[in-house]
Amino acid sequence: MNKKQLDFRHMIEKIVFSFFGFTMFLALLALVLIIFFIFKRGIGVINWGFISQMPRSGMTEGGIFPALLGSFYLVVGSILFAAPLGIFAAIYLTEYAKKGKGVRIIRIGVNNLAGVPSVVFGLFGLSVFVKYFGFGVSILSGAATLAIVILPTIIRASEEALLAVPDEYRHASLAIGATRWQTVKKVVLPAAMPGILTGCILGIGRVAGETAPIIFTAATFFSMRLPSSIFSEVMALPYHIYALVTTGTMPYKQVPLAYGTAVVLLALVLMINLVAIIMRIKFNRMIKR
Amino acid sequence: MIDWKKKEKIVKTILFIFALSSIIFLTGIVIVLFNEGFPIFSKVGLFQFVFGQDWYPTHEPPDFGILPLLLASILVTVGAMVIAVPIGISSAIFISYILPQKIKDIVKPMIEMLAGVPSVIYGLFGMRILGPFLQDLFDLPTGLTALTAAIMLGIMALPTVVSLAEDAISAVPKKFRDASLALGGTRWETISKVILPTATSGMVTAVILGIGRAIGETMTVLMVAGGAAVIPRSILRPLRPMTANIAAEMGEAPVGSDHYHALFGIAIILFVITLFFNIMADLASNRFKKKVSGK
Repeated sequence: MNKKQLDFRHMIEKIVFSFFGFTMFLALLALVLIIFFIFKRGIGVINWGFISQMPRSGMTEGGIFPALLGSFYLVVGSILFAAPLGIFAAIYLTEYAKKGKGVRIIRIGVNNLAGVPSVVFGLFGLSVFVKYFGFGVSILSGAATLAIVILPTIIRASEEALLAVPDEYRHASLAIGATRWQTVKKVVLPAAMPGILTGCILGIGRVAGETAPIIFTAATFFSMRLPSSIFSEVMALPYHIYALVTTGTMPYKQVPLAYGTAVVLLALVLMINLVAIIMRIKFNRMIKR
Repeated sequence: MIDWKKKEKIVKTILFIFALSSIIFLTGIVIVLFNEGFPIFSKVGLFQFVFGQDWYPTHEPPDFGILPLLLASILVTVGAMVIAVPIGISSAIFISYILPQKIKDIVKPMIEMLAGVPSVIYGLFGMRILGPFLQDLFDLPTGLTALTAAIMLGIMALPTVVSLAEDAISAVPKKFRDASLALGGTRWETISKVILPTATSGMVTAVILGIGRAIGETMTVLMVAGGAAVIPRSILRPLRPMTANIAAEMGEAPVGSDHYHALFGIAIILFVITLFFNIMADLASNRFKKKVSGK
């Protein structure tokens, strides 16, 4: 083979690789642009009052405190439902189930639940929690709906964390006479805990930003009071953004507030995700050692 | 004290019930959707519902044809894939094969961050920044069009496509690559002739799940697509995908009315479509696993 041909092949490689690099740059650029524009337009309205005060003058002034609090309640509520459910499901799948049709079907169930459009969860919540159980449009209905939305995330993350625990741990525990459940409880779970927590944190990040499932189940555009019980409807950060830009009557006053709310939401979600990513890297290192 | 064997059995049974939770919820969703949505099928007929060209749920008499909404969903999803698939797959190749490990460790989490951005933020960006920009660019009456929605959905589907395609490429055994390089292939030849053909079914999974994500996305299209329930004639016009329609009208539809049932009917169609894509993705991913494990 002559040198010319070889040069040609290397040139092709260079061209193709630079194109690939360019596409990756585009993907990252999208992220940077979105974050940049949201922060640039919203950072101006952010101050302590914006975070700690009630909205005033028909949502054209004041702060977002009730939305912040509402989102907090929804997140805590949904994690309280979803974490035990998801973690125990994952324990069954990794520690108890024999590989076969049963596990395969459960796994297909998890995958398909993860793929259900978020608005469909909203309809389910509306029909079951709001109407059938009679919880009404409330924190309880919203949290229960959101719990189903993040269940697959938590199951998968917990499964991954449990699978990462080396089998030697289990064998050692079983060999000294511990039962399977004792082994899981005292050996496997503690070792997998950081990974499971990471999954829950990712779930929190997802729940905090979900809008479609809570439109009909929990969220209200405007409330004069803070929620008094789990049967109260609440304001929530993502729904607040949506409501301000779409149904607001005074866009020139409300759109800046929407950007401000978006900055708060985005900062929270990015921080939550960052924590989860850092924890995952640490957990992976710990397990490898 | 209960004897330990009994206790083990009880624990196992309880855990098994927990493990069934996702199946139970999935079944619950199916039951609820059909329960609430079926009346509209029996009233207007499934064919007329899916292929009817007019959606005027509040007219007298009302029209419940979801073809404009269905076509809108398909159009924005195809548009999103035109953007997300080439960019996503080539970035995945770049990230997994060309970037040095140190930079890769920074870039991958950044792409994951893109997945963590809430959909309402994408909606806000599309509605207030990208929309007006495209409006000026093409001199349109409104910036909220199919194109705007497709671009935003494409960006949203990117992380799914990138990270799954990257997983697929990394799952190809290293010896495949070494063998090709040892034979004198360049890195690009190795990628295009050895790695990619092996990873195809893994890539297919990535693309299908990306489609699923785009077609089921609600808030972004609700805010960005413009909301006109007419059969789309151009990508520079407003339209209203199925998800946006449900979210927009559910608040106004009286419980138990035909309109209410029709919105659940749309959800059935949507659910069936995403279920189909998820099952396809599952099959493709199983095929891929078999292929790389060499069985």
